[in-house]
Amino acid sequence: MSGRPVMPERVKSAAEIEKLEAILDFVRTRAGRAGFSRRRTMDLELAVEEAMANICRYAYPGGSGEVEVSCRTCSGGAFSIEITDRGRPFDLFTVEKPVFEDCLSRRKLGGLGIHLIRHMVDEVRYRRAGERNVLTLIMYEREERKTEGSNPRQGETAPHNAHNPSGAGL
Amino acid sequence: MNTEKVGEIRIVRLQGRLGEVSAPQFEEKMKEYIGGGEVRFIVDLAELEYISSAGLRSILSTAKDLKERNGSLFLSGLKGAVKEVFEISHFSDIFKIYQTVPEALEAMEK
Repeated sequence: MSGRPVMPERVKSAAEIEKLEAILDFVRTRAGRAGFSRRRTMDLELAVEEAMANICRYAYPGGSGEVEVSCRTCSGGAFSIEITDRGRPFDLFTVEKPVFEDCLSRRKLGGLGIHLIRHMVDEVRYRRAGERNVLTLIMYEREERKTEGSNPRQGETAPHNAHNPSGAGL
Repeated sequence: MNTEKVGEIRIVRLQGRLGEVSAPQFEEKMKEYIGGGEVRFIVDLAELEYISSAGLRSILSTAKDLKERNGSLFLSGLKGAVKEVFEISHFSDIFKIYQTVPEALEAMEK
């Protein structure tokens, strides 16, 4: 009889959208094992999908590169996902909130990914570490939020911890 | 995804996920219908569990295309995570959204 298979703590792959499903499988499995509800796991998957889509489209203009995704549960119970690429520097906190035109014709296609990332997880951090972009998505709550459409921890007053790369508080 | 036609109106029911992988397929299929002259759609999301910005973009792009052709796209059945993403993205402000397909049909047939 064999024991439970050992789950990799990290996956590395080409930064291509075709690899997204494998990355999301990894995140889903890890989040499930960490005790996240199905709904909160989907929140996490959504944030990872949006981050991956940005990396695949923009991190390596005119070339190819890699992306690495790692998951860990911290001693205080927080679950964090770190997404690392070696592409051009990109601090998502410098991106302005999208304008939500209430007219279909004027509404722009795109520009929602970062907005969704910041809503879906409890905390977002970014740091540039040498040649790497390191995006950290942190979840504290494993169950659904009580009120749909709101996130008391996040949103307009999202903490910007780009200058707090120590991970203090996890 | 499965579809049916009620008179001139095509009802498109989406299931599962509408993200980076599946959204282009949805958009392509809608382009085929529109290319064939269809301009009135109800897209039912009652069995859709997950939508990302790629999914939103595909619906918005289709709706813009239809508006230019004096067509229309109504939505129905939003719930759970999908409903939340629509609200966060303020998509609820720009689409006509109904609880059920029959309600959307009734509104579109008026």
